[in-house]
Amino acid sequence: MKFTIQVNEGPYTHQASDTAYNFVKAALEAGHEIYRVFFYHDGVNNATRLTTPPQDDRNVVNRWSELAAKHNLDLVVCVAAAQRRGIADADEAKRNGKDADNIAPGFRISGLGQLIEGGIQSDRLVVFGD
Amino acid sequence: MSDEEMMEGGVQKKFCYINRKAPYGTIYALESLEVVLIGAAFEQDVSLIFMDDGVFQITKGQDTAGIGMKNFSPTYRALEMYDVEKLYVSEESLAERGLTADDLLVDVEVLNAEQIRDLMEQQDVILSF
Repeated sequence: MKFTIQVNEGPYTHQASDTAYNFVKAALEAGHEIYRVFFYHDGVNNATRLTTPPQDDRNVVNRWSELAAKHNLDLVVCVAAAQRRGIADADEAKRNGKDADNIAPGFRISGLGQLIEGGIQSDRLVVFGD
Repeated sequence: MSDEEMMEGGVQKKFCYINRKAPYGTIYALESLEVVLIGAAFEQDVSLIFMDDGVFQITKGQDTAGIGMKNFSPTYRALEMYDVEKLYVSEESLAERGLTADDLLVDVEVLNAEQIRDLMEQQDVILSF
């Protein structure tokens, strides 16, 4: 089965991104296809490479990046939600006159159309978050 | 499998947005509306359900001056221009909050819980905010 996943909550304050990660991992292991993972609302905070959790805790951001590299996942961060919350890639930072960018490897910034298109192209769209 | 219909240029699916949260206090309502507006360009079959505190998103006379946030409620009136015309509201959620359809700023169809369940069963994609 082909899935698109929507993650609506940030890391560490909410279980949703952990649950989404475990769902994606389990689905891939079971032979399903993940068409796209779309990060929206505070979910965009899963995509900042400046995240620095204590060493004895999981690294939510690196974990997504590693999974993306291993399975060639399409991790998309909503541009409008990202701009509000200070998540930028090099192009976005330059366009908005910022002096730094912070997007983690494996993520890309794009629009909400990617979410709708994911819903159209996939057998199931699964939303994680409140 | 869903009963997808092949349209010229692609698949048309039934997209349903469930709005369950108050308009202010969290950003869910505003960012849900942004998805609906962007999604309208994809020419899918779109419906919106307002239930729980989500019914407050479309109440008349919203004034956000006191909290310094943008009053985005006029945008719901513009949905019609985007061909988003199927708006449903939970009868129970309205009643629990002392509201009627007359308190709402857009034309809606009021459905009871059973009817909302049936509506949800018909959908291909459900996004809950």
